[in-house]
Amino acid sequence: MLRYILRRLLWAIPTLLLVTFVVYCALRIATNPLASYARSNPRLAKQPAKMAQYIEVNGLWDGPGGYVRGYLKWLTGFVTGDWQPSIKGSRPVWPNLKDALVNSVRLGLVASAVGILVGLTLGVFAALRPGKLRDTVVNTGALIGFSVQPFISAVLLQLLLSVQWSKWFGEPLLPTSGMYPPGHKGFDLFLMLKYMAMPVIVVSIQSVAAYSRYMRASLLDVLSSDYLRTARAKGISERRVLVTHALRNALVPIVTLAALDIGLVVGGLIISEGVFEYPGMGMFFLTAQSNGDFPELMPWMVVITSSVIVFNLLADLAYAWLDPRIRLD
Amino acid sequence: MTDTTASTASDASIGVLTESISPRRMALKRYMNNRAAVVSAVVLLVIVLFVALAPFTTRYGINESIYDAEEAPNQFLTPFGKAWFGTDGNGRDLYSRIIFGARVSLLIGLFTGLISVAIGTVVGAFAGLKGGRLDDLIMRMTDIALALPFLVVLVIARGVLENVSWATSVIGESTSVRFTVILLAVFGWMGVARLVRGQVKQLKEREFVEAARALGATTPRIMFRHLLPNAVGQIMVALTLAVVGAITAEATLSFFGWGPDAGSGMTSLGLLIRDSKKAVPPGYWWLVVFPGVFFVILSLCINFIGDGLRDAVDPKMQQEVK
Repeated sequence: MLRYILRRLLWAIPTLLLVTFVVYCALRIATNPLASYARSNPRLAKQPAKMAQYIEVNGLWDGPGGYVRGYLKWLTGFVTGDWQPSIKGSRPVWPNLKDALVNSVRLGLVASAVGILVGLTLGVFAALRPGKLRDTVVNTGALIGFSVQPFISAVLLQLLLSVQWSKWFGEPLLPTSGMYPPGHKGFDLFLMLKYMAMPVIVVSIQSVAAYSRYMRASLLDVLSSDYLRTARAKGISERRVLVTHALRNALVPIVTLAALDIGLVVGGLIISEGVFEYPGMGMFFLTAQSNGDFPELMPWMVVITSSVIVFNLLADLAYAWLDPRIRLD
Repeated sequence: MTDTTASTASDASIGVLTESISPRRMALKRYMNNRAAVVSAVVLLVIVLFVALAPFTTRYGINESIYDAEEAPNQFLTPFGKAWFGTDGNGRDLYSRIIFGARVSLLIGLFTGLISVAIGTVVGAFAGLKGGRLDDLIMRMTDIALALPFLVVLVIARGVLENVSWATSVIGESTSVRFTVILLAVFGWMGVARLVRGQVKQLKEREFVEAARALGATTPRIMFRHLLPNAVGQIMVALTLAVVGAITAEATLSFFGWGPDAGSGMTSLGLLIRDSKKAVPPGYWWLVVFPGVFFVILSLCINFIGDGLRDAVDPKMQQEVK
């Protein structure tokens, strides 16, 4: 097991290097950092000496060889903690990135928890009576949930719970955007939850749909297995058959899916964060992208790529740990 | 068909007498028994007819306001007899614009879906049949691309395609429909390739493929005469997924302003939904509700059709339930 983990972690390094190199080249072409820099500093752009200096300091050389050299320069800077400041405003990148990461993880964990709990409950509820009314309702509901894209549910909810609500009842039920009211300082759990409610609903509509379908399929699979018949034949109560035998086994594939899902949360809530102007990783990406801010985008990509790789590994480990039939080697 | 025997054998094994009914007829019958899927197909057909007959079904031109400016105020009118879904900030009829928008979205979905399925089927079938190192490489690549958040991948790829000057002549400006279709197809084939690969990997172990090989059939012949015809059902399912994925991706890109541009006098569902964002604070509810609900109905129909197709071509899942 330990050898397997070590080998996977060792494999993660070349994967990460390869992905970051591809991303480096793609972002160099896509954002054109030199042009962004010239746009943000129109005065410096007129001085060729300053621009040449910027190219040298940041390794923004042209040509295939220049990209490789530039990547190596970026990589050494990144690893030694010598990060380039952002183009817009020339601020250090890490403090903002860290705040965005914390906010996103907070939103993502709450949304995942809601999505998983509600989704699994509905899935079990449906699978216990396959083909009956409740099964049809949950299944149809899940398909509807899949079709309600986050940007649609987000604007509809904003319209209903904020704008129309304040027309009907005087004040909005939930605020439309942000994480705190403008100018708010410090930590306030109640306010935070209030501001988080709509993004969480929007994200969990899709995850409830996904988890209820996974859970239903997984539980149905287990319910038709031979060992469950044996468990029943042993004469133990139906409740114990379900809880200790069926549910536990049905959850095994769900755990891996959840791990992969949570790995994506770190960078994957772009739509909801964008609509609700929630200051997380998604918002960070949107702002940096619109500014063509290469020095901000690279660390962001490294963070989300590593999280995907790490949670992929965790998913495999969880699978092997929960299902002893799986051998890792 | 040379290979119906295999399918009928599996049908017989689930206890259905299939002497005189072809597998295709059986799949059709199973599909017709799925009420939601049939209703969705009818609704989708109606939508497609409305869109195809746009000159007759729309009431105003795409950029035409319902009144002349001098005649009466025409901005932000709530739904009424002259404009069923109300009007937008330029006094244009929302009902007509939804039909015009759906035309662009459906075209993008269909073309992207077809290109993705064409590429994905060839790559997936090849990878599944050959196996080995190439298979590993392709699947590892798609794994990584599919593991990252799709919006990020699309946005970066869009930036790259936009800035490669020699490519512009082939794929068009970044605001054109052609560009969007190509951008979405560049990643759309990966999901299809995985589905087809899985199916081919299963099928190639079956006896009829072995028999064909024993008779001396060449690899392309096995692929096109034996493997792919048997995977047609799965490919159809993949097509519905690709189409709905492309329509959604177009809407998502447009929502953030990365999609095809409205400046050329056209619109799409994504652009209408993007406009609806601005209609939220003043409370113009019709501009938010109608495009959004229409989009949900459209993707719901395609999802239901895909679900029905999957159950129809792969009845094993259903059978286990009963």
